[in-house]
Amino acid sequence: MSVEQQSTAVPLRPPRTKVGVIGWLRKNLFSSVGNTLLTLVALTLIAITLPPFLRWAIIDADWIGTSRADCTSGGACWVFVTTRLNQFLYGFYPLAEQWRVNAAGLLLVALVAPLLIRAFPYKRVLGLALLAGYPVASYLLLYGGAFGLPVVETHLWGGLMLTLVIALVGIVLALPLGVLLALGRRSQMPVIRAASIAYIELWRAVPLITVLFMASVMLPLFFPADMSVDKLVRAMIGIVLFQAAYMAEVVRGGLQAIPRGQYEAAEALGLGYWRSMGLVILPQALRLVIPGIVNTFIALFKDTTLVLIIGLFDLLGIVQQAFADPAWLGYSVEGYLFAGFVFWAFCFGISRYSQAMERELKRGRGH
Amino acid sequence: MADRVPQSLDAPPRRRSWWRDPRLRALLLQALFLFVVIALVAIVVDNTLENLQRRGISTGFAFLGQEAGFGIIQTLVDYSETSTFGRTFLVGLLNTLLVSALGILLATLIGFLIGVARLSPNWLLARLAGLYIEVFRNVPLLLQVFFWYFAVLRALPGPRDSLSLGEAVFLNLRGLYLPRPVPEEGFALVVAAAVLGLVAAGLLLAWGRRRRVRTGQVPRLGRYALALALTVPALAWVVTGGPLGWELPRLQGFNFQGGLTLIPELIALWLALAIYTAAFIAEIVRAGILSVPKGQTEAAEALGLSRGHTLRLVVIPQALRVVIPPLTSQYLNLLKNSSLATAIGYPDLVAVFAGTTLNQTGQAVEVIAMTMAVYLTISLVISLLMNWYNARVALTER
Repeated sequence: MSVEQQSTAVPLRPPRTKVGVIGWLRKNLFSSVGNTLLTLVALTLIAITLPPFLRWAIIDADWIGTSRADCTSGGACWVFVTTRLNQFLYGFYPLAEQWRVNAAGLLLVALVAPLLIRAFPYKRVLGLALLAGYPVASYLLLYGGAFGLPVVETHLWGGLMLTLVIALVGIVLALPLGVLLALGRRSQMPVIRAASIAYIELWRAVPLITVLFMASVMLPLFFPADMSVDKLVRAMIGIVLFQAAYMAEVVRGGLQAIPRGQYEAAEALGLGYWRSMGLVILPQALRLVIPGIVNTFIALFKDTTLVLIIGLFDLLGIVQQAFADPAWLGYSVEGYLFAGFVFWAFCFGISRYSQAMERELKRGRGH
Repeated sequence: MADRVPQSLDAPPRRRSWWRDPRLRALLLQALFLFVVIALVAIVVDNTLENLQRRGISTGFAFLGQEAGFGIIQTLVDYSETSTFGRTFLVGLLNTLLVSALGILLATLIGFLIGVARLSPNWLLARLAGLYIEVFRNVPLLLQVFFWYFAVLRALPGPRDSLSLGEAVFLNLRGLYLPRPVPEEGFALVVAAAVLGLVAAGLLLAWGRRRRVRTGQVPRLGRYALALALTVPALAWVVTGGPLGWELPRLQGFNFQGGLTLIPELIALWLALAIYTAAFIAEIVRAGILSVPKGQTEAAEALGLSRGHTLRLVVIPQALRVVIPPLTSQYLNLLKNSSLATAIGYPDLVAVFAGTTLNQTGQAVEVIAMTMAVYLTISLVISLLMNWYNARVALTER
C-alpha cells in the first residue's frame, strides 16, 4: 500500500522555460517589456563600445619594438609602455641598484604574506619585526649609505616604487598618530580633547593639495634657516599629518563601538589608563575598524598621485612626464590606461581582500 | 573595641601621595601639553619670521590691495590684469564654487541612476552598473582629470573642423561653445510671473495638506498646482512676445566669437569630478535603498497605499535618512577635490590664489591660511547643517 503511494508521488519536472539557461534568461533579462528594453539597450551599448576597444587595445595593438616606428598597425602602441616600463616602475633609480628596490619589496611580501594566513602561529613576532625592523631595513636598502650601499638620493626615486613608498610610510606613521588623536578626542581632559578635535576637524576640512602646498612652501619657513629638509620628506610629513586625522576618525568609530562594560571591567581590574587602553580596549577596537583602515589606505594610495603637483614623480607623474618626450608624442591614452590599470589592480585587489576579511570577522563573532 | 568602629564616610581618606591623585595628574598633564604646544608654536613663528626677513618677504594682508598683473582665463566677475590680489581671491573662489556646483549636480544625477541600476532585476544592467562603480572609484581622480583633459579634449579637432550640433553647439580643442540666452525687454516680467506661479502652486499644495490633516480627504491638487506653475509664466511669455534671444557662437577667423564658452579645463574637471564622485554616490544610494526593510514596503502595500505613495511616503523618507549624511560628505569631498584644478590649469581658488598669487607675492603663510580658511568655513557650515538635519530626522524611539 505504502509502496503504491510512494510511486504516485513522482514529482513533475518544472516547465522547461523555468529552469536552465532559458529559465535564467527569462528571469534575469526578459521578465517584462521594460526589462527586455533595458537588456537590448545594454547589449547595444556593449556592442558599440566593446569590439572597437578590444580591436584597438589587443587585436590591432603593437606590443614588441623599441621606437614609435614599430607602431604600424593602427591600434594601441603598447611599445610606448614596454620600452619605458623600467622608468615607470623605478623612476630614475640607477639601473645597477634596482635590485635593492626589489629586495625591499620582496622582504615586505615575505613579512606580510604569513600575516594574511590565519593559522600562522608567530604573528606577534612577525608583526613586531614588520613595524620596528622593516622601516629601518627598507630605509637602508632604498636610501643606502650603510653596509657599502651607495646613497641613492630621493630625487632619483620615482614611479610605482615611489607611490608605494609614500603610501606605506603614510599609513604606517598615520596609524599610531591617528590612535593617539582618537584617544585624545575621547579623553576626559578638556584641553587635550579640544586640541584633538581642532586638529582632526582642521585637517579633514582642507584639500590634500593645500596641505602639500603647505608642506612644500611653508614647511621650509618653519625650520631654522640652516636646516634643509628633503622634498620627499616634506611631502610625507604633510601626507602623514593629513592622513592621521582621517585615521583618527576611523579609530574613534571603533572605540565608540566597544561596550562600556569593557572600560569598566578594565578599571575594575585596577588597570591604569594606558594599560586598559593598550591591553583591553584598543585590541578590540582596532580589530573592528580593520575595514575602515583598509579604506583609508586605498584613499591614501590614490591620493599619492597628488605629489606630482609639487614636483615628485610618482607613477602618474612619471607617465605624465613621458608624454613630453618628443619621440613619443601622442600616446597619452596608452600611458593613462597603463597607469590607471596598475592603480585599479592595487585598489580593487585590496578592497576585495578587505571585504573577504570583513565577512570572515563577522562569521568569527557570530556565535 | 572603640577604635574598631569604621571611619565615618566624610572623614578625610587616608593620605595618598599627591602624584597619585588623578585630578591633579590630569591638570599637570594638560599644563605640560599646553606648554609644549605653545613652545612649538613660538619656535615655528620665530623661525618663520626670521626666514621671511632673510628672504625679504613682507608680512600682513596688505598684498590683497596690490595690483595682480596677471590674467585669468575664466572669470565670473569683472577682472583684468590691473585688478587686485583680493579680486583674484574672489575670482578663484567663484570658479571653485562653479565647478563644484556643476559637479555636484551631474554626480548626483549619474550616481542615483547607477545606484538604482545596480539594484535592477535586470542582470546585465546591474552588472554594467557594478562595472562602472568598480572601475571609476578605484582609479585616482587626478588620473581621470588628466585623461579627460590631455587624452580626450586635447585630441579634439581645431575650431575650423569643430564637431557641431545644428550650427548652434560647437565642440573643439578650445572648448564647448553654446548659444547664450540674451534677455530682452520684458524678460523680468516673465521671471516675476514664474516666481508668482510657483508661490501660488506652493500655497495651493499647502492648503491641500492642511485640508488632508483636518478632514482626512485627499484633494488631488498636484495637477492643478503644476498647471498653475506652468501657465502663469507661459501667459506672461506670450503677452510680452517671447523676450528671450539667443546669441549663437560664430566662427570668425581662427576662433569662435559670441555665445557661451565652456573652457576645456572646466569640462575636463567637471566630467572627472562628476564621474568619480558618482561611483561613490551610487554605492550610497544602493545602501540607502537596501536599508529599508522589505517589511516596510509590504506594510505600506497592506495599508492599501499605491506604488507611488509607498515610494514617496514610506521608502524614500527612510532611505534618505541613511543616504543624506554620507552624500553630504561626498559633496564636501567633491568640493575639496575640485582643487585638482591646479594640475590642468583651471583657475580655481588653489590654482590662482595658492598658486599664482603665492608665487608672485611669496607670502606663503597668509595665502595658504586664507585658502585653508575658505575650505574650513564651508566644511564647518555644511557639517553644522548636517548635524541639524540629523537631529531633525533622527528616529524618535520610545
